[in-house]
This record gives sequence, structure tokens and C-alpha cells, in this order.
Amino acid sequence: MTSRDKILTAIRKARLPAADLPPLERDWITYPDPLEQFGEVLRQIGGAMVRVADRAELAHRLEELPVYRDARQALSLVEGAGRTTIDWHGIDDPHALETVDFAILPGQFGVAENGAVWVTDRGVRQRAIYFIVQHLALAISSASILHNMHQAYERLELGGAEFGAFIAGPSKTADIEQSLVVGAHGPRSMTVFCVDSAEPTPRFGV
Amino acid sequence: MHDAAVDHPKLAAEFTRDKPRAHWHDATLWFVRHKRDKAAQSLPEWETLRETAGAIKAHTMAHLADYLEQFERAATRLGAHVHWAADGEEHNRIVLELLEQHAARRVVKSKSMLTEECHLNPFLEEHGIEVIDTDLGERIVQLAGTPPSHIVLPAIHLKKEDVGQLFHEHLGTTAGATDPKYLAEVARGHLRDKFMRADAGITGVNFAVAETGGLIVCTNEGNADLGVSLPKLHIASMGIEKLIPRAKDLGVFLRLLARSATGQPITTYSSHFHGPRPGGELHIVLVDNGRSELLGSDDFRRSLHCIRCGACMNTCPVYRRSGGFSYRSTVPGPIGSILAPARDPAKYHSLPFACSLCGSCTDVCPVKIDLHHQLLTWRGEIAREGHLPATKRIGMKLGRIVLARPWLYKLLGAWARRIVPRLPRILVYNRLNPWGRQRELPPFPRESFRDQYHRRHDKPRQDTDRHS
Repeated sequence: MTSRDKILTAIRKARLPAADLPPLERDWITYPDPLEQFGEVLRQIGGAMVRVADRAELAHRLEELPVYRDARQALSLVEGAGRTTIDWHGIDDPHALETVDFAILPGQFGVAENGAVWVTDRGVRQRAIYFIVQHLALAISSASILHNMHQAYERLELGGAEFGAFIAGPSKTADIEQSLVVGAHGPRSMTVFCVDSAEPTPRFGV
Repeated sequence: MHDAAVDHPKLAAEFTRDKPRAHWHDATLWFVRHKRDKAAQSLPEWETLRETAGAIKAHTMAHLADYLEQFERAATRLGAHVHWAADGEEHNRIVLELLEQHAARRVVKSKSMLTEECHLNPFLEEHGIEVIDTDLGERIVQLAGTPPSHIVLPAIHLKKEDVGQLFHEHLGTTAGATDPKYLAEVARGHLRDKFMRADAGITGVNFAVAETGGLIVCTNEGNADLGVSLPKLHIASMGIEKLIPRAKDLGVFLRLLARSATGQPITTYSSHFHGPRPGGELHIVLVDNGRSELLGSDDFRRSLHCIRCGACMNTCPVYRRSGGFSYRSTVPGPIGSILAPARDPAKYHSLPFACSLCGSCTDVCPVKIDLHHQLLTWRGEIAREGHLPATKRIGMKLGRIVLARPWLYKLLGAWARRIVPRLPRILVYNRLNPWGRQRELPPFPRESFRDQYHRRHDKPRQDTDRHS
């Protein structure tokens, strides 16, 4: 008997009382202004929200960001925003991304209740970039902010061979005497640009 | 062969010997509990979420075999390899074989209580493989050569001076440096170097989705993601109880997990792995190690609902004042005191007694496990199985004899009221009376409650009798 059979047989022997799945369609929290709530929560967890009218303002505000200005190696996968100094398409080994100082990448949507942004590796061949870069910026549509996580999972279609993550703020730790330190191993900062103009999400630069 | 029994009171006494430190530990964890309260109170639907989470878990457990098969099919379809391990040994063997197949000598591992439970690190090290724990707290305790003392805050028992000393010895930080920012920055450099050179990444699993075959891993540092997005091989170890039916159930659990654990609205990274990354390999090891047996127990099954948030530890007055090591079990605190005796009642018989039955753990548990009820049930179980130490056994037996016989109780009470106050101190406060170690007996009344009751209530009744 394989371990698989052994485990499944033991579980089936337990004969548990039936229990129904509970309904998930409830009166979950909503906010009068989800964009404002998103920005406030993001600030509390160490990130920053920058609201811009359109792509032109995004490009402009990006130039004002010190971590972008000072970056020696930068990557932009958001059309019309920022420079790319590395050979992104030529990189086959994600280890080469270790020295990237700044990246601006497209996010799919934000969540007001926790300041998280959903990102995927669709069009982002090396997903390591989200975690290895020194400073991360994401661009989402202002209209994409959902109220809560239930709405988020209603919107997501999971199940395909794709990586996705909620990212909420910069990498951090409180493992030394509960003192919060921002920039544990991953990005030291996270800036989310919320773009008001019509396009749902900034287009990929790939 | 049995390991020596864990003597929680003795280990707790060792912890409390350093009083200022014990107070600091207590206050630090209470602060985390307080943050959890604030986060919970920010959501009007908190109780609905807890109930919903508990119900999802109960449903999953009732159909666990079906969901495991569904998960296996979906994960395989996505290109992942699914392995089954009946116990910790088999889990370790599978992991070692995978590493050897890939000629992996250096491994980075994110936080996984399961691999702690299976003692994976020493096993791999014996086979010449370097395993680096990449969660900062876990790396600290790894350098200290100890297990974690808390499942979410592994190094919560250490002060920054201790971490400074460890880093000075192992990572070459300036002697005497204790600034958390500086220490964390050095650890960042050290660990990023380990990430860059790792041949494989091992992660735990917070949730696995039967419907999609996906794995969800939550960290604040990004260490799980760094660990598995650089090397080609990702091994994910999970207990079979981590399963949930549908992706949308994650909405419930991700809302509860970080708020309950640290008071954050969500962890910084909640990564959803569906299949290996392009050009990589994903191996999922499903581990039983006693879980299917626990599933068969009507009394303790619900302990499998645990999502390892640590809230019951942060709130527990005993855990806060005795430290994680006093439990000598991978998972300490209230939930650990249920899980550990299930594994080995002879060894862990003292843990369910390390509890005042205050019920605070039950109040904060995000999946509504009736922790203190199960702890009480364990006490009876442990007594029935004959694991109680002689002092408790004899004491309980004497108690039963006296309390079952009102005349004897009355007689002993009368004697005690007369004799005990006149005894020399040494006869009352000695080794045989551990209760009196840090307490004084109250002054003995001259009358028993029963005497007083009769005096106050019987008299008027006699009066009314007379009038009638």
C-alpha cells in the first residue's frame, strides 16, 4: 500500500459528520471612498500612494521620485513611464536582476481594506523582479480599487498556470525585539501610482 | 523508546527566574495581542468571518480525502509533482531525494512549522546539505542553535542585545551593536547572498486550494518568494489539513490570518503559486504525520482547523509568562498543548495543565477552535491513560474521597480550622505544598460556611415555624 492510499484510507475511515460550506455572499465592509482608504492603509503599512490624472502626469511624478532618480539600474514595464537601463528581454537568469535599483511594473487592481495590489507574471517573464528589486513601484487604475478581499477573489480567475501575488507595502520585519524595520530582504519601498485616466490598467511595455 | 516527559512547571520556573526579562516577554506579547484587537475591531464583520472560516474548515475536514484528490489532480494538471508522506521520516526522505536528483547542496527555506515538526534541517545537514532559514526570526534562532519559541515570532524570546551578540559572532557586526535597523540591514546582505547562491528553495504552505491546485504562501519579508523565484527547484511542504475547497475561500482566511497574527491588515506578500515557474520544477509534499488519526477523534479533530496565526499564544497568560521553550514542542501555547499530547501523551502530559482555563485563546482564535474545552478534555484523557504524576494522582484521589463524603469533609474542615493556625510554619509551607510556594493561606475563619449559613438562615425559619 502506498503512502497515498494509506493516508486517504485513514481519512475516509474517520467518517466525519457532514458540514455544509457557508455562504460567502455577505454584507462585507465597503468604504465611502475606496481610493482614499487604499491610500491611507498603504501609508500605514509603509507604502505610498501617488494619484495621477494620466500617463503624462505619471511620467512626470516618477521623475520626482528620489529612488527613481537615483537609480543606476531601472526597469519600466509601464508604457510611457520611466526608463529601462537593463536588457530585460535578454535576461534568462533571474539572478541577473539582483542589481536592479528600481522597477515600475503594472498592477492589476488594488484592495481598499488592506492596501494590497494584485500582480501576476503575465507579461513579466521573471517574477523575481517583484521581490528582488531595491525599490518597487506599481501602476494601477484609480478605478480598479476594490473594497475588500471577497470582491478581489470574485474578480480573479485562478487556476491557470500563472503566478500571482497580493503585495501590500515594502518588505519588512519586526523579528528583532518587535522593532519594525522596512526593507527586510526585498524592496525597501513601494509606491503605487493610481492613474485616473480612462484606460483600465496601464499597458504592458512588453 | 520514550523521550523524557516534559515538565512544564519546572521549565516555566526556569524562565521566570529572570524576572525583568519574563515581564518584558509578557508585555511584548500582550502588545501584539493588543494590535490584533485593534485590527479585529476595524471590521464590523469580524465574528461573521470567524464563523465562516470555522465552517469552511469543518466542511473541508468532512470531505478531506476528496479534496486532497481534487487538489492532486489540479496541481498535476498545472505541471506540479505531488508526493505523499505518511510521516516526518518519509517527508524528509522525499525532500532529500529531490535535492539529490537536482544535485542541490545549498537550500534556502522559508518559515515552515511542518519542516520543524519533521526535523528536516538536522536531517538534511547530516546528508551534507546546507539549509538556511530565511525568515529573519528563524535565521536568528538558527544561529542561536535553538528551535523557534513562537510559530509567527520565532525569536520573540530574544532581546536586541542577544541578537547583536549572535550577529557579532556569526555575521561580523560591530561588537555591542544593538540597533535593529543596522542588524536587519546586515542580515539583508547576508541572506540576499544566500538567496543568490541557493540551488533550491523550500517553503511551507499557508493554504492550498483543492479547486485550482494552487498554493498560497504568506510572508512579510518576501523571503519565500526570493527563495523560490531564483533557483529552478521549489519544494513546498504542507500538512494535509492546509487544504481549503475554493479560491474564493481565501478571501475569508487572508482577511483573518495577518490581523490575528500581528494586527496587520494582510501580510506584505500573499503569493499564489499555480504550477512551477517557466523552466522550473514544483514539488508538493503532502504530509500526514498523525493528522489522519487526529481527524478520527471527535474530541480533538477541530485542532486541525488551526491556521497557525499564533493569536492563542499572544493572549495566553501562561505562554506569555512561561515562554515558548517551556512547552518543548514545535507548536507551543494553547494549540500546541492540544497537538503535542495527541502525538505523544506520555511525553507531553503536563501541557494541558499549563492552562488556567481562562478561555482567552478560544475568544481570539480566528477559526473558532474551542481550545480551552479541548485542553480540559485532554486533562481527563491524560488521567485516564495514567500519565498523571504521583502528586497529582494522589491529590486527586484524596480530593475525590473527601468531596464525595460530606461528613468527612465537615470533619476535616473542623479539624483544619482548629489545628492549622496553630501549626509551626514549616509544617504548612513546605515541599509538599507547592501551592504555598508563592502564596499565603488566608486566615482561617472560626466558623465554616455551613455553620454560618445555619446560624443566619435556620434561625428566622425556626421563628416563622413558631408563628405558624
